[in-house]
Amino acid sequence: MPVEVIMPKVDMDMATGTVMVWHIAEGAKVERGEPLLDIETDKAAMEIEAPHSGILRHPLAVGSEVPIGKAIAWLYAEGEVVGPTPNETVPPTDVSVPAASPDPAPKATAPAASDDGLRATPLARKIAAENGIDLVGVRGTGPRGRICKADVLAAKGKLPFSAAEPMPAGTGPSASPAEPAAHTILQMFQGRDYEEVTLDGMRRTVATRLTEAKQTIPHFYLRREVEVDALLALRGEVNEGLAPRGIRLTVNDFIIRACAVALQRVPEANAAWAGDRILHFARSDLSVAVAVKGGIFTPVIRDADLKPLSAISAEMKALGMKARDRKLMPVDCTGGAFSISNLGMFGVDEFDAIVNPPQGAILAVGAGRKRMVVGEDEEARAATTMRLTLSVDHRMIDGALGADLLGAIVAGLERPMALLG
Amino acid sequence: MKALGTPEVRELSYAEAIREALDIALDRDDRVFLMGEDIGVYGGAFQVTGDLVEKHGPDRVMDTPISELGGAGVAVGAAMTGMKPIFEFQFADFAALAMEQIANQAAKARFMLGGSVSVPVVMRFPAGSGTGAAAQHSQSIEAWLGHVPGLKVVQPSVPEDAKGLVLAALEDSDPVMIFEHKILYKMKGHVPAGYYTTPIGKAAVRRTGANLTIVATSVMVWRAIEAAETLAAEGIDAEVVDLRSIRPMDRETVLESVRKTGRLICVYEGVKTLGVGAEVSAMVAESDAFDFLDAPIVRLGGADSPIPYNPQLEKAVVPQVSDILVAARDLTGGRI
Repeated sequence: MPVEVIMPKVDMDMATGTVMVWHIAEGAKVERGEPLLDIETDKAAMEIEAPHSGILRHPLAVGSEVPIGKAIAWLYAEGEVVGPTPNETVPPTDVSVPAASPDPAPKATAPAASDDGLRATPLARKIAAENGIDLVGVRGTGPRGRICKADVLAAKGKLPFSAAEPMPAGTGPSASPAEPAAHTILQMFQGRDYEEVTLDGMRRTVATRLTEAKQTIPHFYLRREVEVDALLALRGEVNEGLAPRGIRLTVNDFIIRACAVALQRVPEANAAWAGDRILHFARSDLSVAVAVKGGIFTPVIRDADLKPLSAISAEMKALGMKARDRKLMPVDCTGGAFSISNLGMFGVDEFDAIVNPPQGAILAVGAGRKRMVVGEDEEARAATTMRLTLSVDHRMIDGALGADLLGAIVAGLERPMALLG
Repeated sequence: MKALGTPEVRELSYAEAIREALDIALDRDDRVFLMGEDIGVYGGAFQVTGDLVEKHGPDRVMDTPISELGGAGVAVGAAMTGMKPIFEFQFADFAALAMEQIANQAAKARFMLGGSVSVPVVMRFPAGSGTGAAAQHSQSIEAWLGHVPGLKVVQPSVPEDAKGLVLAALEDSDPVMIFEHKILYKMKGHVPAGYYTTPIGKAAVRRTGANLTIVATSVMVWRAIEAAETLAAEGIDAEVVDLRSIRPMDRETVLESVRKTGRLICVYEGVKTLGVGAEVSAMVAESDAFDFLDAPIVRLGGADSPIPYNPQLEKAVVPQVSDILVAARDLTGGRI
């Protein structure tokens, strides 16, 4: 009997996974424990090992998004007769429609079921299922209106204008149900050169979660400018001392540490929104945004309040490398009640970040610049300053509380010796 | 028709290629001998054995009485004792007379005797229509024998394979039935010199294509290729798979082609109903390649009719190039 390979549940709140790449070709042999494929969840990409030795058959197409527990391939014994695809049709999951919105007419969104009364070839059904295309909206040009591969591809937008009739609006897959169908957009740019980029799991996650965050979270923004000359001087001194150990602290490491300490000083702001309640955390777990080619990941540094700068620095370095290699595990990105996004190294003076739900706040960090400041003595002097913007979810954190948190962060950065404690 | 494959180095006819295989086999192995009606001095009903009797003598190129059952029985018995007989039928149709020996003895001995005996007999069947030989001398009965577990059944379509499959059959410890198409006997093609075998159970892709798979056997391979050339000019890129063996059948080559093209036509001369194309069709429909089909499978087989004597009717009851063209155009519908 062939052995089923299922989409594994690698993370607590994982609902679906996307097949990213198969390391074994269909028909080739794989040993148990060998890397079989990479999947991507909404948080991370990871490698899946073969659960069993055998010959790989019927692997789902790359890009297929599959609910956990569903078959993604089969492993046959050597010499075992390869039967008909044991795979059931996997209904494509639309990540943009969370389970929370029950669909009163599930039939309307269930594509490619063989009892849909549509005349479509097996290949057309397969392609439609893989791409989440509802065949109801596809015009069949085959004999007696049969929907063939070319019709599905036309509907998919690969052959954007070959189908004589446009798709009815709203039937195409898009990141949000409220958006216009792809063909409407394609028509706007008809005749212009462009390249289509399919959405990978990370991009879809960014699109859906940040759309949701911006639309549902009542944001407000607190801004402060912080003098960092003392910090830069201290950093230089500390790095000199650490150089023999091969450690080099970054400004960002100090910011992480300052936030971790500040969250301990203002514990009510160390919060997450759980729908009908608020969670206040004992430890400072921080998400740090890491830019990678084509996107962004937010690995978490746990217990940052308990860790010295050197430990934070080493951990951040390791997480950054994993992120760039797309090797982050879901556990690396789970949790955290607070985020830091630093665009200083890109020369940005200041910006407003979007809160990363269910977290309470996110700190946006701008570049350090020489600016004229007026001191307590009313004398103007040159200083290096950075502009910080704290974006806050008002459901959990009110203005005064947010100001306390930002004040604590500024205090830490301006009197950085305390961060060494 | 033009020859397939690599540029011709040495051309032999299909019949000459078989004769060369028989000659090599007789030289190589003392256990090999030929039996059949009029295969000695007369050279065989279709002149395949030719002058082999002069070289190898009447003990090894043996004329038999006009009894297919008797001759086949001797061949099967000799094979059981360790000889390697090659029995020629004058017409494949006469297999009906020898069916007891083929289906009940040769095919079953190994199974019924617990593997202690094998029957390495080779039988050659001149088959097919197109020679005006009428209903009792024109049939394509490969599916009859292909339905019997224990037999292997091959249908070479080119001289090179005709030689290679005869030599492969002699290597095989099971009874191998070789169906030779009578109108292919005079066809010439490249044939490597010396000893080689063509694997039994392995199909050959004669023409690669992207839009349509034509699985064909025997002479239909040539008609499929001719049709494919015409279709290419119309923008339909057909792949032609020469099945070569119908038992065992090369499942993977067929499925791989269908997964690529999404469309399948099976062309075979035997009667369409319950024939080779039905098996190919079912094999695809039962496999994972089903999900790659972008059109229904089409079978083009012989009509449910005895082969008529009238030359026009004789042509009408088996698939012709024009039938393949019509089916291919219909199947693709200009929607490549």
